Amino acid sequence: MSIKHALLALLSEGPKYGLQLRQEFEAGTGEVWPLNVGQVYTTLQRLERDGLIESDDEADDGPQKGFRITAQGEEELDQWLHTPPDLSQPPRDELVIKVLIALRVPGVDVREVIQSHRRYLVELMQQWTRLKEDEANFDVSFALVVDAELFRLDSVVRWLDAADGRLKRAEFEKSFSGAAGSQPAPGLPKMRRRAGVPR
Amino acid sequence: MSFLELHDVSKIYGEGPSQVHALEHINLEVEAGSLVAVMGPSGSGKSTLLTIAGSLEDPSCGEVIIGGAALSHMSRDDKARLRRRSIGFVFQDFNLLPGLTAAENVSLPLELDGLRASKAHATALQVLDELGLADRGGAFPDELSGGERQRVSIARAIVGERRLLLADEPSGALDSINGEAVMRMVVAACREGVAAVVVTHDAQLASWADRVMFIRDGHIVDQTTKPTGPESLLARARR
Repeated sequence: MSIKHALLALLSEGPKYGLQLRQEFEAGTGEVWPLNVGQVYTTLQRLERDGLIESDDEADDGPQKGFRITAQGEEELDQWLHTPPDLSQPPRDELVIKVLIALRVPGVDVREVIQSHRRYLVELMQQWTRLKEDEANFDVSFALVVDAELFRLDSVVRWLDAADGRLKRAEFEKSFSGAAGSQPAPGLPKMRRRAGVPR
Repeated sequence: MSFLELHDVSKIYGEGPSQVHALEHINLEVEAGSLVAVMGPSGSGKSTLLTIAGSLEDPSCGEVIIGGAALSHMSRDDKARLRRRSIGFVFQDFNLLPGLTAAENVSLPLELDGLRASKAHATALQVLDELGLADRGGAFPDELSGGERQRVSIARAIVGERRLLLADEPSGALDSINGEAVMRMVVAACREGVAAVVVTHDAQLASWADRVMFIRDGHIVDQTTKPTGPESLLARARR
């Protein structure tokens, strides 16, 4: 998460004090991402050094010191908003690794491993969804944070479902080819390749 | 107290080598005021479970009890009356009657149950109003959006004295915002004391439930524990 750009965004609304920036940042993210005062002032100093913001010269460093965005800062913010984050490299996902390793461990029921992760994820999603029920306290910023988390967890559940389906199909094909003897059924090698099942 | 109970329910289709065990030894209890989701992939038996729970189909063995009454002791007419009075169904494809307006679709089960047409119509309009469809009562299904059609089907499912709501992928064809609106209505009905079962493959939809049961190959294989409140979630996120 870029604190630098979040602070620039808040200052694009108008001049603000350091403490005010911290409060507005936390409120704008549904108080899910806390920020300590030290992080705020360190980042503000760097932004000022780089010419992206200006401060009141006459005021001392402290809660009453005001900051405003510069033209260069506005340009930086706009560029950042339109630059997609780098998603080209797959992350080293611990859950994916666990399922892949479970495939190799003798005696482990991979589908049971998948189910235990699925249950945990759905329980987490239930907790996030509870936050939606209280519509009175559900402002747009908070709703976006909750949605992002639900979609993220949902995508993991979907991957588990797909993995479960692939494993079930692989088991079926294995037993089918076993029952058919050494001669594979017509079309089976093609199906195997499509399912990505190692032979 | 449980409003819906399934005890050791199994369902077998076909005979001999082509026999299919759609459900095996299912036990499920749903209390009044609670929402249970049954989550599983296509072909896992979840829709069969719903039709058996709603008395649309008989189990091969086991017992279904609704509101304290065992379905195995009921005649076909008794079951039809139970469905009209106590059970509301919501399907993915809405199942609205195309020749009837939204209000007529909602009032139909009340009229079939003997309520005067004018009274049934007024009740239907009131429910549509509660679901934000006050000005759509005169529209035919093909004049409604997907979200509106599903809200009408939910209105039809909860109108009158319904105490059990059974929904099969109720937000399946809708975008996430309309799907969320549908689930809010189901949850609101539960908060009024309705017992509800939603079957789905969708984790976001299932996450609205008080309890999620996982079904695989006709077996309930797992279920969530009682969810802790969101406070603990936020506390963890803020650490």
